[in-house]
Amino acid sequence: MKQLSPAGRARYFRRQLIDRLMGGLCVLAAGIGLVLLGLILWMLFSKGMGGLSLDVFTKTMSQPGSGGGLANAIIGSILQVGIGAMLGAPVGMMVGVYLSEVGKESRFASVVRFVNDILLSAPSVLIGMFVYQIAVLPFGGFSGFAGSIALAIIAMPIVARTTEDILRLVPQAYRDGAVALGSRENEVVRKVVLPAAFGGILTGILLAIARIAGETAPLLFTSLGSDTMSLDMTQPMASIPMAIVRYSNTNYADWIALAWTGAMLITVGVLVLNILSRLSFAAVSKQGG
Amino acid sequence: MNTSPANTTTIGTRKFHPGDSAFRLSLLASGAVVVIVLLSILTIMFIGGKLAFDTFGLGFIWGTEWNPVTKIYGALPAITGTLITAALALLIAWPIGFGIAFFLTEICPQKLRTPLGVAIELLAAVPSIVYGMWGFFVLAPFMSEYVQPWLTATFIWIPPIGDSFFWFTAPPIGVGLLTASLILAIMILPFIAATTRDVLQQTPQLLKDGAYAMGATRWEALTGAVIPSVRGSLFGAVFLGLGRALGETMAVVFVIGNAIRMPDSLMAPSATIASVVANNFPEAEPGTLDLAVLLALGFLLFVVSFGVLAIARLLLRQERMS
Repeated sequence: MKQLSPAGRARYFRRQLIDRLMGGLCVLAAGIGLVLLGLILWMLFSKGMGGLSLDVFTKTMSQPGSGGGLANAIIGSILQVGIGAMLGAPVGMMVGVYLSEVGKESRFASVVRFVNDILLSAPSVLIGMFVYQIAVLPFGGFSGFAGSIALAIIAMPIVARTTEDILRLVPQAYRDGAVALGSRENEVVRKVVLPAAFGGILTGILLAIARIAGETAPLLFTSLGSDTMSLDMTQPMASIPMAIVRYSNTNYADWIALAWTGAMLITVGVLVLNILSRLSFAAVSKQGG
Repeated sequence: MNTSPANTTTIGTRKFHPGDSAFRLSLLASGAVVVIVLLSILTIMFIGGKLAFDTFGLGFIWGTEWNPVTKIYGALPAITGTLITAALALLIAWPIGFGIAFFLTEICPQKLRTPLGVAIELLAAVPSIVYGMWGFFVLAPFMSEYVQPWLTATFIWIPPIGDSFFWFTAPPIGVGLLTASLILAIMILPFIAATTRDVLQQTPQLLKDGAYAMGATRWEALTGAVIPSVRGSLFGAVFLGLGRALGETMAVVFVIGNAIRMPDSLMAPSATIASVVANNFPEAEPGTLDLAVLLALGFLLFVVSFGVLAIARLLLRQERMS
């Protein structure tokens, strides 16, 4: 410091000042962001807990003032999300295996990878409109099954992406070892690579389930929603997101309370699935060394 | 290789093994499914909206009138609303998201980095309908009571452009372009922060150390060394956020006010493509022009999002390879 000329010292302090100022702004930004998002979660829980009771899980949606619940919406969501994941996850896994083990950097694989990335972030409302035309119009009506197809199309690219990423982490030596022992290509993948990456693939599937559980826009065009308990996949089917839409656009206090409770339930479900997937991934990476 | 017998065990040279052929074929088919899904979304949406394109021609895109009674439909009001809300949301969310990312990678104490980073990622996973609900019940009343009267009073001196271009003046009803943009901004904020943080973390430590060794401050290391090396990826993250904002439905539908007319104020009810589709879909009968118009709008949204997302992926990929 002593060697600096007055001009040099001024420049030094100006640089320090800019650094502190921008750093301070970043801290401020982080503060604003976290407070804002915390506020939303806090509001969600404080309003959602108010309407939470056993009725929510045991009674179906009913007239305002008569104390209905969300039982049919919860069952409907589980059914549609479950079938959607069962349809979308296997295809997604196979796409991931193809990209990582067979296609690699070939031209077709690059196209598939690119298209998959686009599908990954394509607006979900468009998936809904697409499925409306291929699975609702031709079959004469809204159905839980159409909802599942829409959710499957959303889940597939997520599983494909995470599967590819995970398989690339499996050491090449595993594959070489299996080949050296005389395994065929499909045996290498089925008996060595996939088991080694099992936990990671599960993580991807959990993430996909978390994502499709909160999707609303695609269900608007496919399974529509319903006020009664229904397990028939060929009929319109209730879901928590659609129940939230229906209940919040009203003036009845008890319906609005139920909408908040539904929003809280779906958020808790999504967050728990996300945390679970993180834990399973952490366990796998620790094991893998 | 000359000395080895014909039955070499190298993968790919063995011919006609049914197990391996079926295996490869099924994987190839699943890869094709991905491409087929995208192509069929594109074609089916276009076919569905064909009646609208046939009726109005390309003028559908810049038609400003939307009248279900006279059956005259123009897409420009919805397109304008979509572009304004997405741009405004990005303008609000990007600086804050970047600040969070820089905070998480450089400023934040080491111990807090992982928990705060995880918290941001979890918030990015909260379903959009939750943000929409919060906007409808909390933000919209707050806007109408405090923010909008203040904005109206403060910006009343700005001269109108054209006939009715009072961007900050309107009856304070809470819903509209500004509220929708704010909700979108809050929704994409954790997403932008998380992707930007990932990009910043990819920078080799050596590069930063080099900058520090030259005597750079933290900010100078960021602007002088880190940002130039990851510029493409940073833009990629922004475009990903833009892609999300353009097609978001549930967060917007609650707070936009759903009035299909050319936007003339940030505070008046308006519409986006996604909100028009979601709102008018229940009344649109199959086979009618009403439905075809909505599908045509969807097709336009798809083309725009495809472009934005393609740019995002190319920018992000470029960096990954170099």
